[in-house]
Amino acid sequence: MIAELGAFALVLAFALSFAQTGLSTAARLRRSPVLAAAGEGAALAAALAVAAAFAALMHAFATSDFSVANVAANSHSAKPMLYKIAGTWGSHEGSMLLWCLALTGFGAAMAGFGRNLPAGLKACAVAVQGALGSLFLAYTVFASNPLTRIAAPPVEGRSLNPLLQDPALAVHPPMLYAGYVGMSVVFSLAVAALIEGRVDAAWARWVRPWTLMAWSALTVGITLGAFWAYYELGWGGWWFWDPVENASFMPWLAATALLHSAVVTEKRGALGGWTVFLAIAAFTFSMLGAFLVRSGVLTSVHAFAVDPKRGILLLMILGATAGGAFALFAWRAPALKPGGLFAPISRESALVLNNILLAAATATVLLGTLYPLIREAATGEAISVGPPYFNLTFTPLMAALLILLPAGPFLAWKRGDIAGVAQRLWVAVLLATVAGLGVWALADPHHAWGAAGMALGAWLILGALAELAERTVRRAPGETWRRLSGLPRGAWGMTLAHVGLGVFVLGACFETSWKQEAAEVLPIGGQMDVGAYHLILDSVGQADGPNYDAERATIRATRAGAAVCTGRPERRFYPTGGQTTSEVAICTKGFSHLYLVLGERRAAEGKPVWLVRAYWNPLALLIFLGPAVMALGGLVSLSDRRLRLGVARRQAAA
Amino acid sequence: MSWLPKSRKARRRLTLLAVIAPILALAVGLALWGLRDSISFFYTPSQARAANPPPGRSVQLGGMVKAGSVVKHPDGQVDFVVADQHASDRVSFHGDLPDLFREGQGVVAVGAYRADGVFEAKRVLAKHDERYMPREVAKALKAQGEWRGDGSVPDYAKASPK
Repeated sequence: MIAELGAFALVLAFALSFAQTGLSTAARLRRSPVLAAAGEGAALAAALAVAAAFAALMHAFATSDFSVANVAANSHSAKPMLYKIAGTWGSHEGSMLLWCLALTGFGAAMAGFGRNLPAGLKACAVAVQGALGSLFLAYTVFASNPLTRIAAPPVEGRSLNPLLQDPALAVHPPMLYAGYVGMSVVFSLAVAALIEGRVDAAWARWVRPWTLMAWSALTVGITLGAFWAYYELGWGGWWFWDPVENASFMPWLAATALLHSAVVTEKRGALGGWTVFLAIAAFTFSMLGAFLVRSGVLTSVHAFAVDPKRGILLLMILGATAGGAFALFAWRAPALKPGGLFAPISRESALVLNNILLAAATATVLLGTLYPLIREAATGEAISVGPPYFNLTFTPLMAALLILLPAGPFLAWKRGDIAGVAQRLWVAVLLATVAGLGVWALADPHHAWGAAGMALGAWLILGALAELAERTVRRAPGETWRRLSGLPRGAWGMTLAHVGLGVFVLGACFETSWKQEAAEVLPIGGQMDVGAYHLILDSVGQADGPNYDAERATIRATRAGAAVCTGRPERRFYPTGGQTTSEVAICTKGFSHLYLVLGERRAAEGKPVWLVRAYWNPLALLIFLGPAVMALGGLVSLSDRRLRLGVARRQAAA
Repeated sequence: MSWLPKSRKARRRLTLLAVIAPILALAVGLALWGLRDSISFFYTPSQARAANPPPGRSVQLGGMVKAGSVVKHPDGQVDFVVADQHASDRVSFHGDLPDLFREGQGVVAVGAYRADGVFEAKRVLAKHDERYMPREVAKALKAQGEWRGDGSVPDYAKASPK
């Protein structure tokens, strides 16, 4: 019964989204506040209806109602409750519903909180958001409805892929979708601005909080995904340049560029057209990601079970929305008013350079991701583009961006002074160089690129701190304190985000350059070495869980004779799907990880032996801490008063 | 600097172009270079025979794991045979086989041929969907006309009589 109500709510949400578009369009055409309010009401109602459908699906998962096809295919009664609930968004259909929930939810939020938006702009934006909602809800209702029943319900479900039964992955999709779909609001605002023919500072001030929110959520989502890949796949790596990873990374890059170009539009009224373009591009990349992941056109380790029909429909939605938006951009953008002039050396120019480099980097990632498709269509040859391509193209562009980054905030708007910047940053340059040289001399083996990465990370952190000090530190401590506490949250957010990026670079470069790995076949009592650590396989025992059987090893790690830690990696067998997964053990030493994986049992000379793989991942924790600090920076910046009050104040002044 | 355009706007455009052009050139150059040298081709054993990739060049080898060909050595080494209709290759791999690795089913190995013709796999991928068939393998086998639909084991992948 509840599933039927949910299915009904889903159809209702589709109708309401459709009505939202119609009412808001009429409101814009007739300039009618009554119709506009009706459109906003429809947006709110659509969000509630999708929430009801989502709750119904969650209920079906929680109670293991196997008469619902989606539950039967992706759940199992013996699964822990957390993973039953996470199963709601574990499959293609359920995650599409989550996507729609975010889409209508953000639409309702825009309708409800956007009281200060100009009426025409708001009606347009709500109409566009409603159109997006109608398209995706239509797709969900008619092509991948998660609430359909099956005639002959099975006694037991087929269970969720055991790799996905993991706390990080239970939270990863909601965060990721908040990010992906948060861009839809920015997209709607951009399309509305094009229709209205006005892109100004007030508009940019509206775009920024939504971009910040989506960007922060996407940062957390991608990091959780990388963290999951790190400890669940058991390969010791955290980023594989897999098509699905790239699909989430491209919207992030576009959103990062958008955050920076929106600053220019907000403060100086310049780059309006480019900001609108990025706003459209960011959500286009989100939809492209949804298409790539679900259509199965690219081979990936993460893909959902694949059905080409879904891909074609999603491609049609992508073509209609992105194609329409870009066509509108081509038509209307030349009419946008050009903004203020600025000198080649200025804050504006620095942000333009940031955007050019980010756009070029995004383009290389896009090309690398789609090239196998292009190649196959052109020549029929199947190829894959792997990490070497991305290391060669993406890394130098990013390195150039990171080298220039700390100088940007020191430049004044309109006309900057490079000598002044050099004067204020030479200490940071010196310290970063010393840090790089120090790492090169001390680390064994010597690794020039790794040391350069260390210098770069230190440069980012020191540069951000130098900028903070420049703004606040004065001779009198009281004055310093006054300035520190008076600093706007937006400035704190920027400092945090740039420091976080530096922390990430430190971790990523150090881990990549100096990680060590070893693999040995060990009997009970066998010993092996990895890095400076000596490992002893003490015992292997049974450790069965609620829905799996497992072998658990006890591995003792010592360093120079002193006990360091005891790792208990597991190898789990899930009888439902006949799948085996390995549960790695990670010993954290400071910011570094000793990473242990238990392989399958074999027999040698009648005795059981196990393949044990061990990795020493120095500073690996920083790889995940850095983005966390970046996301925190985004949230701090989001709480800035300016973003909440600015528009109202501006209107009052006008 | 009389050769610069007089209008400020035009001058600004010129500056912008002067900045964008080298970055764009760099990006395009790197991308083309990268796409020439660091892509890896997908072959089935008979396609690999025809293309004859040089030893050490990173490629992907896909096909069916011949039933009965998997030998697990106690030192962690695994040997198996990947076959399509016309040819087969011996594959050597050191490490843990993926969860979905099955005899008589499809597999993709990433690695390079050694000089002696044995394929040295750096990674074995079998993490495809529940039909146990990587997309490229399915496509290549369909093109050979030796595809009998999901889940069936073609004759050449069955164990050879001993």
